Amino acid sequence: MQNYSIFSLVKNAFSNHQNWEVAWKDPEPKKEYDAIIIGGGGHGLATAYYLAKEHQLTNIAVIEKGWIGGGNVGRNTTIIRSNFMYDANARFNEFGMDLWRNLSLELNFNVMFSPRGIINLAHSDAQMNAYARRGNSMRLNGIDAVLLNREEVKKYIPMADFSDDVRFPIFGGLMQPSAGTARHDAVAWGYARQADSMGVDIIQHCEVTGFEIKNGKILGVNTSRGNIKTKKIGLCVAGSTNLLAEKLNMTLPIETHCLQACVSEPVKPLLDGVVTYGAGHFYISQSDKGEMVMGGDLDGYNSYAQRGNLPTLQHVLTGGLALFPFLSRQKMLRTWGGVMDMSMDGSPIIDKTHIDGLYINCGWCYGGFKSTPVSGWTFAHTIAQDRVHELNSKLSLNRFTTGELLDEKGLGTKTWIG
Amino acid sequence: MLHIKCPYCGLRSQKEFSYGGDANVKRPKLNAEVTDKEWDDFVYMRKSPRGHHLELWHHTSGCRQWIKVKRDTITHEIYQTAKIEEQIS
Repeated sequence: MQNYSIFSLVKNAFSNHQNWEVAWKDPEPKKEYDAIIIGGGGHGLATAYYLAKEHQLTNIAVIEKGWIGGGNVGRNTTIIRSNFMYDANARFNEFGMDLWRNLSLELNFNVMFSPRGIINLAHSDAQMNAYARRGNSMRLNGIDAVLLNREEVKKYIPMADFSDDVRFPIFGGLMQPSAGTARHDAVAWGYARQADSMGVDIIQHCEVTGFEIKNGKILGVNTSRGNIKTKKIGLCVAGSTNLLAEKLNMTLPIETHCLQACVSEPVKPLLDGVVTYGAGHFYISQSDKGEMVMGGDLDGYNSYAQRGNLPTLQHVLTGGLALFPFLSRQKMLRTWGGVMDMSMDGSPIIDKTHIDGLYINCGWCYGGFKSTPVSGWTFAHTIAQDRVHELNSKLSLNRFTTGELLDEKGLGTKTWIG
Repeated sequence: MLHIKCPYCGLRSQKEFSYGGDANVKRPKLNAEVTDKEWDDFVYMRKSPRGHHLELWHHTSGCRQWIKVKRDTITHEIYQTAKIEEQIS
């Protein structure tokens, strides 16, 4: 594989950049693989990369019905954080933060990881207490957390509405300074390129139509490009999880919903980190290009449409305007939607299933992007070793039966139904 | 914007309604012996189909009745609405 560096850039400049190697190939599917990952998004590609790198499984394929990186890894708001209260979520995501910090070097691909901090704003004493508690939990797990008072928040976001007569005044906030953002597409492409270089077949435009299962064991997968034999299959299909579950006669604690995001026209640097509004569901950051990147609530009803509905966008941006009045003078550049695999306790599932050789990675709700590296790392371990890693041992499928839920915000099931 | 035809009030904006999820889910009978699986199926497990979906909506800012809506989860087209006790094919 061609190494990306200043030297290769200069060298290729002399040939007008006509001779770059392709970043990943476009192979025909083989008859058989040792393992197949379904879903060529961030999680699927990361899983393939770590299967090859950490577990020396290289006779594997990633199959994707569209093109790689065309789903949620290309549709998110690029936020990376590990500000979780529960041990299982905190340790899992903090391990992921370590992977993020080294990712550009490891992949020889600039994922533009930018640890610029996240502030969750509080608008009442009760919320400040809850954040103090969460911050303490985070620090016990070795994650940086700083409780900011109103004046300290003002230093970070002086353009927010700090007047006294607002409905939800800013009391303070919880900050994770090491959180940040990354270039989302680069994450998918970087993983794809490295996985490809280690021999992984990345097969695009290959839709799964069914599964070959005998005596409770996976034997293969049927696709739009022929039947492929394999003994191990990993599902990384986010919003399409329920569709494949139906083909497997499984019912999952997951509903598929549409989440929207939007960006404004680019403006000069204004907002350094990521800020979330505490009195509504709204979060905002500024991209390197200067666009304000914003998101918030789900549309609120089951949806497979990768586009949203205006009442939700209006509702989300109403919250945004209450926090940052300057937004009223900004033009919206784009809005889009992605379909989320909403789990019933808000935490993901990375586990084996009752079918031998079938592994599942789903339930990422609003927050799959930040966990891309650690999700791939633990899922690869689970597939290769046929047992879960300690890090994902609590992200089990049967926790909904045993009652060991990871209800991070204490909101109960189906929190999106209000 | 969805427009939902409430069987009591007529065609109204989506903003007046709140969503209640899959209408095919049945609560286990009150006071009956319930297995863990039956309870989990009721509380957590969902088919979440792509295409036709029979669901519950609450006319929160209207007549406050729960209604049934048959809707498409890809196109958001609403095929039929009915009172809660009525059958939808």
